[in-house]
Amino acid sequence: MAMTGVLRPGHAQLRVMNLEDGVRHYRDVLGMVETGRDAQGRVYLKCWDERDHSSLILREADRAGIDFFAFKVLDPATLDTLESDLRAYGLTTERFPAGELLETGERVRFEIPSGHLIELYAEKTAVGNGLQVLNPAPWTPAKENGVAPVRLDHCLLYGPNIAEVQKIFTEVLGFYLVERVLTPDGDGNAAIWMSCSHKVHDIAFVEHPEPGKLHHLSFLLETWEEVLRAADILSMNKVPLDIGPTRHGVTRGCTIYAWDPSGNRFETFMGGYQPYPDYAPTTWTFDGLGAGGGLDYPQRKLHESFLTVVS
Amino acid sequence: MSHQVLIEETGERYDCGEHESLLVAMARSGRRGIPLGCRGGGCGVCKVQVTSGDFTAGVMSRQHVSEDDQARRCVLACRVFPRADVSVKVLGKMHRAVCTAAGLGPVPASK
Repeated sequence: MAMTGVLRPGHAQLRVMNLEDGVRHYRDVLGMVETGRDAQGRVYLKCWDERDHSSLILREADRAGIDFFAFKVLDPATLDTLESDLRAYGLTTERFPAGELLETGERVRFEIPSGHLIELYAEKTAVGNGLQVLNPAPWTPAKENGVAPVRLDHCLLYGPNIAEVQKIFTEVLGFYLVERVLTPDGDGNAAIWMSCSHKVHDIAFVEHPEPGKLHHLSFLLETWEEVLRAADILSMNKVPLDIGPTRHGVTRGCTIYAWDPSGNRFETFMGGYQPYPDYAPTTWTFDGLGAGGGLDYPQRKLHESFLTVVS
Repeated sequence: MSHQVLIEETGERYDCGEHESLLVAMARSGRRGIPLGCRGGGCGVCKVQVTSGDFTAGVMSRQHVSEDDQARRCVLACRVFPRADVSVKVLGKMHRAVCTAAGLGPVPASK
């Protein structure tokens, strides 16, 4: 597929209730690279194999949760086009100047009907992954620091009106629906997984009465062995695990859910498959999410925390 | 030093050290009664009212615990460290919100 328009998840800004505890978790346990701190005190991190300056920004606050989730688009002209498309659709957009986030160009922010702030941007300084561009080695020592995921992969957000949200992502931003879970009566969607790429999800939503909630930020590993190693490292560091290591039926991802020191859930996972926009979406019934193994294929149960614990 | 925790609803009693939260000690002892969530003070499901006994509290989300709540000793069990024997009432609930949002009844709890 030609990669134009919205390219990929770019950055997330997360609220943590103790900044240094958060930094220790994401830098030393998860194994991200700290790339900067700004005048507001926000801390910037990236996964070792990401080339752009930052994919995670930590902000100290009196509550946990997510401030915004952003996608990188192809170029500044695409940013202008998508902004006018969003406005034509009826959404209000707001521009943030280059540099408001370190090493990041202008951002277009809009609120979606689930109560989340989504951003688009075209430019962020490429600081590289520590490897030369010409004749590179396959990895650096940073690949072995902590869990060491290769990238911020996607997020799962909880909020109301996900049918409206789906329309915005598919009709304006060029995403397509990859998988979904039906409501118990089968008349609507309780959960949707959408892609702007060849991935099983770039963003996902679950219908939920409280707006603006974070279920998890997800970080990609390359092998099942690395998922098991992640479980060992998280447990050695007394990080509370939620689910796994196991495999989701939905997306086929092999996963661990766990919580950071402020109670923001994160996922470390590998696998899935490579969907195309012409594929019919895979559908799970609501029972299929639990007894059908959609959430946890080996155990076939709907873990209580999946639908109830968010930040 | 260890103190005894009483969950008033269930009558469950268990020991909890001063450097261990009420929630983590409950899970460690195999007891039940307080919903187990993020254990980081962020998600709010383990909210309890401490009806008797001294404690210290760590940082917890203002979204779930207001200053008034805290003055009434309504706090998150994952952030409460006992200084004496304590009794708690459970306030937090594990709502299956996806069903209630759709105007539907609760689905059977998984085993």
